Amino acid sequence: MTFAPPTIALHAMQRARRARGAVTARIAVPLIVIGLLTVGAVIVPILYHYDPLHADLLARLKPPGATLSDGSTAILGTDQVGSDLFAQMMDGIRVSLIVGAFTLLIAGVIGVLLGLLAGYFGGWFDAVLMRIADIQLAFPSILLAILIASVLGQGVMNVIIVLSIANWVVFARVTRSQVMSLKGREYVEAARTLGASHFHLIFRTLLPGCIAPILVIATVEFGQVILAEAALSFLGVGVPLGTPSLGSTIASGTQYLATAWWISTLPGIALLILVLATGILGDALRDRLDPRLRSA
Amino acid sequence: MVGYVIRRLLLAVFVLWGVATVVFVIVRMVPADPALLIAGETATPQQLAELRHQMGLDLPLIVQYGRYLGDALVGNFGNSYVLSVPAMYLIGQALPNTALLAVLALLLALAVSFPLGLLAALRVNRFGDRAVTTGSLIVQALPGFWVGVVLLLVFSRTLKWLPSAGLTDVQSLILPTIVLALPFIAILTRLTRSGLLEVIGEGYIQTARAKGLPERTVIFPHAIRNAIIPIITVVGLEFGTLLGGAVITETVFSFPGIGRLLVSSIQVRDYNVVQACVVIIAAAFVIINLIVDLLYAYLDPRMRLAK
Repeated sequence: MTFAPPTIALHAMQRARRARGAVTARIAVPLIVIGLLTVGAVIVPILYHYDPLHADLLARLKPPGATLSDGSTAILGTDQVGSDLFAQMMDGIRVSLIVGAFTLLIAGVIGVLLGLLAGYFGGWFDAVLMRIADIQLAFPSILLAILIASVLGQGVMNVIIVLSIANWVVFARVTRSQVMSLKGREYVEAARTLGASHFHLIFRTLLPGCIAPILVIATVEFGQVILAEAALSFLGVGVPLGTPSLGSTIASGTQYLATAWWISTLPGIALLILVLATGILGDALRDRLDPRLRSA
Repeated sequence: MVGYVIRRLLLAVFVLWGVATVVFVIVRMVPADPALLIAGETATPQQLAELRHQMGLDLPLIVQYGRYLGDALVGNFGNSYVLSVPAMYLIGQALPNTALLAVLALLLALAVSFPLGLLAALRVNRFGDRAVTTGSLIVQALPGFWVGVVLLLVFSRTLKWLPSAGLTDVQSLILPTIVLALPFIAILTRLTRSGLLEVIGEGYIQTARAKGLPERTVIFPHAIRNAIIPIITVVGLEFGTLLGGAVITETVFSFPGIGRLLVSSIQVRDYNVVQACVVIIAAAFVIINLIVDLLYAYLDPRMRLAK
């Protein structure tokens, strides 16, 4: 290999810079979308004085854009008890975001902690943990969630618990494999030689090196958790009646498909936008933070 | 090779035991009393006690666990509380339908994703590739139950082309198969693309090209043979997703499979059937992964020696 002619090198640099710019856009745009949805999920239900238990039978099943008796416009229509669908969807997104965030927090903290310990100490603890992971991965995770949810009963907290149990394994596995690959590195050896304690080695030396892959996994899982919550609520084992969730709104709309198509279809589009944004963000973060994890 | 097969078999048995145990523990945590569910609210305390004795619910938990494992080993999960027939009988009726649906979805997914992945890999970073990659990202974010509802709205309510529920004829398989296949199509397309791209960068492909072989010969026998191996593994691993997806798809389309049986049994708290469904679905998943792993070892000799 000789030197590449300068023009080719210049082109390569330009292409690399453009690729980096594209990744930045793929990080920024989903973040803006998620941010707008978060703000909307907090503000819209308040602006609309939205009350999930309030029924207005005169205003039921109105199509998108209809003018209601009080002169206001239901931009996305109303549902079978006369609730404004837009306000209900934004309230549903609030539930999705709350479930997603708390599940990631619980599953992430437990999974990362166990993964760190298993990867660092190895031995019987690692063996037991990985066998538990094997057993758990033998369940389709939605099946495990349905089973536990049916025992615990409906409730937002229960959904969070169920999905945390179903998702900690991913975090444990990723953290463990990252720790295993970092353990032999010189900087870790150096810290050990200087007399660092186990605690210092695990949390100050190894953990920072695990943050990038954990962040990538967390982003991807966020979308999956939101989808799982919607699926559980759709099946009737998720959030209780009276708590609007995108999944339960879609489920209740299925009885009105012939007369009111908007009740089932529009919340699904909101769900799709939310999950797609996290998916694109996850992919972009992977390209930016950890090229080795790049999938496709 | 023999050692590998034995190790793999032992792991499968261990995992099945673990699944059966987890299901036992979770179902025993249910606050409802099975005897009360069968006998109804009107039963006298004496009748209840008698029923509990008959069902072995008055025995120590560890004895119940032993009996449960022994019975599960011969495929006996007790009777349905609601229909008073063996739970396994209900599963025997539902499982073939789910298997049919899963196989159709898998075939559809392979038939669609392979050409798309190939197209994307051969046109990498050009329009075709961008379109396929973006499309698969969108498909992966689609909530399956919602797609089912929308397809029902369009094809059976509005256009009236296809039936909306149940399993009556071949046409009623079309929509459930599509819904179940969609996430699989996305995953397999991305995998085919990345697998081919990786293989195309290897030395022996350069050799094949340097020999002056036509591009078609380079891609088809040379590159594809090695790109297929990771696809087989993922098909096995993602089979659980397929079975999990079947639970939701079958509910949307009222399809008489094991997933719908599970959801409807949960709704009426028929825990013997719930227990049987979960163990059978997990067992199907474990056995399929076992087959995939052994197939993998057969295709790739390096695997037999690893670990």
